[in-house]
This record gives sequence, structure tokens and C-alpha cells, in this order.
Amino acid sequence: MDAQNKIKAQVEGNDVMLYMKGNATFPQCGFSGRAVEILKACGAEFETVDVLSNPDIREGIKQYSNWPTIPQLYIKGEFIGGSDIMLELYQNGELQDKINNLKAG
Amino acid sequence: MVTPEDIKGWIEQGIENCQVEIEGDGQHFYATIVSPAFSGKNRVQQHQLVYKVLGDRMKEQIHALSMQTMSPEEHATKAN
Repeated sequence: MDAQNKIKAQVEGNDVMLYMKGNATFPQCGFSGRAVEILKACGAEFETVDVLSNPDIREGIKQYSNWPTIPQLYIKGEFIGGSDIMLELYQNGELQDKINNLKAG
Repeated sequence: MVTPEDIKGWIEQGIENCQVEIEGDGQHFYATIVSPAFSGKNRVQQHQLVYKVLGDRMKEQIHALSMQTMSPEEHATKAN
């Protein structure tokens, strides 16, 4: 499977999918660490993909959303944004709403 | 090494009437950008516009850029 199809399967197969550097326990970049903290603060259950150990995904994910940086968050297959947008959505409560809607649904 | 002024200049060249405030240490940069070009765009589209203007510099020269983007209307709401 090529990277684009792999990513499509990942974001559609997991309600909350975070592409990051490192993993949730050991983030390898400040922005990825911030993204993990925000998701935890929302009480989200989420999956992560470590782009550092998946070079094809690291390049592919940038094309997938036309977004050149990591981390990237997807909810129900929809691209939500990078860590700056995640922080803003967390601060205004929208991210919590999205997460809670998943649990309710 | 890339300076905050370099990035400010690149963004200002690529986005109409924008106001850019930026600080950084050559590795990490923090930018606040206000432009009418952002009006009617969601946050993802606004950031995509900035990334597009910066192009390959995001891959090669700029290690980490944190940004806040706003249309003038959003900026006015935020200020109040």
C-alpha cells in the first residue's frame, strides 16, 4: 500500500489520530509533546503514528493535507490542524466538544 | 541563520497588507499575522496560506514556526 492509502486507512480507521515525532510517552519534539498534552487534557482516546520511524508517512502526510509540519491531528478522518490550532481550539473549548461528541456518538 | 526579520519579510512579500509580529531565536519562531487575505478562511486555510508563501523554506531553513493568524475582523474581536 502506498503512503497516501496507508494514511487514508489510518485516519478513517481511528476516531482521533495524531501524527507526531516520537510517541505519546516519549515525544521527540516540543510541538508534538504539546499536542499530546492537549489531547490528554481533553480526555481523548487517541492513536499516534511516529513519523520519525515511518519516513514514507512523514513525507506522505505533508501531501495528504497540504500541510508541511508535524504534528497533525485528524478526527473522524478530518484534518483539524497542527499544534497551534489545537491549542486555540482547546482554549476556546471546541476541541473538547469534538472529543465529547465522539464519546456521545 | 534565519532571523525573525527574514521570516517577517518573506511573509510580508507574499501576503497582502499583512501585519506581522514575530520573535525567535533562529530555531523557534513565534509569529502573529493579521491580514485581510485571511478573511473568510478557516484557521487551517489561513495557516496553509502562510506555509505556501514560505514554501521550501519550511523544509530547509525554518526549524519550527508557531503562528497565530487572524483576519482584521477577528483581530478586532479579540482586542475587545
